[in-house]
Amino acid sequence: MVSLKVNGTSQNVDVDDDTPLLWAIRDNLGLTGTKFGCGVAQCGACTVYVDGQPVRSCVTPVSAVDGSDITTIEGLAGKEAEAVQAAWIARDVPQCGYCQSGQVMSAIALLKENRKPTDRDIDLAMNGNICRCATYVRIRAAIHDAARALEI
Amino acid sequence: MRPLLLSAAAGLALCLAGTALTLAQSANQAQPGGATLRPAASFSNIANQRDRSVALFNEMGKVLTHPRCMNCHPVSDRPRQGDIRKPHEPLVVRGKDGHGAPGLHCTTCHGKQNYDPAGIPGDGHWALAPASMAWEGKTVAQICEQLKDQNRNGSRDLAALVKHVTTDTLVLWGWKPGKGRQPAPGTAAEFGALMQAWADTGAACPAS
Repeated sequence: MVSLKVNGTSQNVDVDDDTPLLWAIRDNLGLTGTKFGCGVAQCGACTVYVDGQPVRSCVTPVSAVDGSDITTIEGLAGKEAEAVQAAWIARDVPQCGYCQSGQVMSAIALLKENRKPTDRDIDLAMNGNICRCATYVRIRAAIHDAARALEI
Repeated sequence: MRPLLLSAAAGLALCLAGTALTLAQSANQAQPGGATLRPAASFSNIANQRDRSVALFNEMGKVLTHPRCMNCHPVSDRPRQGDIRKPHEPLVVRGKDGHGAPGLHCTTCHGKQNYDPAGIPGDGHWALAPASMAWEGKTVAQICEQLKDQNRNGSRDLAALVKHVTTDTLVLWGWKPGKGRQPAPGTAAEFGALMQAWADTGAACPAS
């Protein structure tokens, strides 16, 4: 039994200690916005925040996040999240959409650290998030849009 | 046919039991499968102290140039990974503090410990060595001079260098790198003893 604090609520989850956090979130807590892509930290679809920092939940055992604050796409809030959501809608960023919750999590994490990212900054932050529809150009443009919106 | 199968099964069981025993015995030693190091004491037959020091460092070079160490002492901003030393995927960079770029820090994927189910290595301070400590493409002699240079080695004297390689968890990780990665040669203790002996003999560097 592991106690997980997800999106502000502590819940007991009956899984083995080495279970990936992703499966506890999806299967035990029913929060399916976080996606399984590769299982080996190569695609970024499973990105959540642990104590505010982006983490690939598919390679994070639940035993490593005991007592931490976990945020999933369902629990996002704040001005960076609002700016990214608005920019994503305005640019019609997603195509199939499967990778997008991971993309959004990484984009917001970047903007929290760097309010005015260059193309290079965006590429370096988003390299770990793969999009099979290749929406990269719109992702980059939407992050610039969100950064501009945050300046106001 | 049946007795043959039974004996094969018994043989397999014996192998598995042997593996379990080996794992239990090596809990405080290096992960099995790595190359060996000559013990520091075995160099005592070299009478000339400087020659002995150089020989000790050349033996240390087996560790320093091993993929477990070299992969995160790259000359570029991008680490390498695996025993074949391929460029790190995804593309990650040193960043201003050795912990990656804003938005994609090492800790995004690397936890405090190895996570073998996915083959992801981990440590409490997973990081790239500073650019001043890049070893890639250098000879053992060049690495030796660099290692001693306090302008490039993090202001460490010889005692601090020995302490670094014998106590830093990320250095020690090199001997317990997890599934699918060859550990550094020998054991951490053997390497520490070699470095201590090298320091005690004047910390001489190979000529080239």
